[in-house]
Amino acid sequence: MDELLKVSSNPHIRSKLSTDKIMLCVIIALLPATIFGTINFGLYGLVVVLTSVVSCVVTELLFELILKKDITVNDLSAVVTGLLLGLNMPPKAPIYLPIIGGIFAILVVKMVFGGLGQNFMNPALGARCFLIISFPAAMTNFVCDAYSGATPLALIKSGESVDLYNMIIGRTSGTIGETSMVAIVCGAIFLILLGIIDLRIPGTYIVTFALFIGLFGGHGFDTYYISTQLAGGGLMLGAFFMATDYVTRPVTRAGQYVFGAILGILTGIFRVFGASAEGVSYAIIIANLLVPLIEKITYPRAFGRGGEHL
Amino acid sequence: MNKCLERLYNGLIKENPTLVLMLGMCPTLAVTTSAMNGLGMGLTTTVVLTLSNVIISLLRKVIPDKIRIPAFIVIIASFVTVMQLLLQAYIPSLYTSLGIYIPLIVVNCIILGRAESYAYKNPVFPSLFDGLGMGLGFTIALTLIGLIREFIGGCSVFGYELGWFTPIGIFKMAPGAFFVLAVLCAIQNKAKIIGAKKGKDVSKIQSGCGHDCLNCDVAGCGDRKENKFQDIEITQEDIESTAKINIQAVAEALKDKSEDVEYETIEVKEEK
Repeated sequence: MDELLKVSSNPHIRSKLSTDKIMLCVIIALLPATIFGTINFGLYGLVVVLTSVVSCVVTELLFELILKKDITVNDLSAVVTGLLLGLNMPPKAPIYLPIIGGIFAILVVKMVFGGLGQNFMNPALGARCFLIISFPAAMTNFVCDAYSGATPLALIKSGESVDLYNMIIGRTSGTIGETSMVAIVCGAIFLILLGIIDLRIPGTYIVTFALFIGLFGGHGFDTYYISTQLAGGGLMLGAFFMATDYVTRPVTRAGQYVFGAILGILTGIFRVFGASAEGVSYAIIIANLLVPLIEKITYPRAFGRGGEHL
Repeated sequence: MNKCLERLYNGLIKENPTLVLMLGMCPTLAVTTSAMNGLGMGLTTTVVLTLSNVIISLLRKVIPDKIRIPAFIVIIASFVTVMQLLLQAYIPSLYTSLGIYIPLIVVNCIILGRAESYAYKNPVFPSLFDGLGMGLGFTIALTLIGLIREFIGGCSVFGYELGWFTPIGIFKMAPGAFFVLAVLCAIQNKAKIIGAKKGKDVSKIQSGCGHDCLNCDVAGCGDRKENKFQDIEITQEDIESTAKINIQAVAEALKDKSEDVEYETIEVKEEK
């Protein structure tokens, strides 16, 4: 009986991926978009993004210090929230916008509900919608040194033509991180290759949205029109980085397809029939609120059970 | 007179209808876009509440128990109509900004709640002060919420523009009402916890029923005094007698329905 058996509780097989590593990967994946935004809009864009990150991290730290809770800043989720929020800001946002947004995202949407894993909607998008409602003028003012015109989506909505090539590269006006489809997709491919996100939600989202635009967009299945709608606005950033947020997406596989389809339909409705040209953030927030219901109807049946329950 | 002062204190602080009892949430959330609206709504409600409390207390021996709610509603609705016409005549601006929420005072649960749980059971003077205290408590809470929302959402105080900072517009909209109310309730709860730690008695005085009978230790709640949840031992006999009562009830119901159905009368043991 010399052998000592190691007794421990499950799980016995662990993945090496931990929250902080996943978050670090997401940060790395967002770097191309951040760098492109800085090149496109100048250094002030970077300042806005960094302010937002600092605001989020400091808010989480202070909240946990004041309430004497465990410090969870090390899991980097506040950095991701700040980064996403910053990338959703207009390039010339007054500096108080990212500060207030960061405080709102972390304090109201995340920490009050119990911190990471308990938030009922994406904190960055919650804060973005809070800012759009509170400061509509400052949040939709996309005039900056490089560009003076409206965003491509607004141009399409008013019936003008846009340059699709520039939209895919990202040399258009818009929020700091959303303009370049190429940079975002690069980051997304990095995440997909690492297995951190998969194509279930973004794929369903984009396909449903394209179908919706084709059916109801008023231009039929016109490839050019659908491509501009896909490349414009926050669709790519939202589909790959926000809809796939682990906390606020459904956990069931079937539920993720339903979630993506709802996102596509909602975004289409907001863009085609809404007053504003953009609708990704509201679509994702509303779909986030529907997640408990989606999970309820897609609850997998235990093996061997009959079909009496869903 | 001491009892009257106690009622005032009770309504203003200890059982503040908005922040402690969480009653009357509809006007609280809807009309507090500015301090002036909150104040106007609060004072209107106070007048209606006080007068209806007095009248209901005066008539409490006349109103039959079974139709007391319709009777209360008639009394309250009369005062609300009077207030509505007065506001329309003398303060038309407030009348316009409060809109539908003035007629809705009729179904305000604070007024109905005080009539039901206090005025209907107590003499006139305590009822008067109960109405005053509750009404003023409501007014203070509404004015406070309105003041905060107006300050953050419009950077003004009682309509006076300050222009110190860029206002955060969402506070003037519906979500802002929830934010401010939640924060005020949190502060109130925190103050209560601190008070309880210092050994202060924070229990409610003759509460308006919060329908929380399990945790309720109110002695004045006459209706539920007998059947409050106590340690009752249920014996086989109890179950049998209950079952017999049920059988008898069914038999009687059948009897009412048709004379042809045969039924058996079962002797019922006296209830314990």
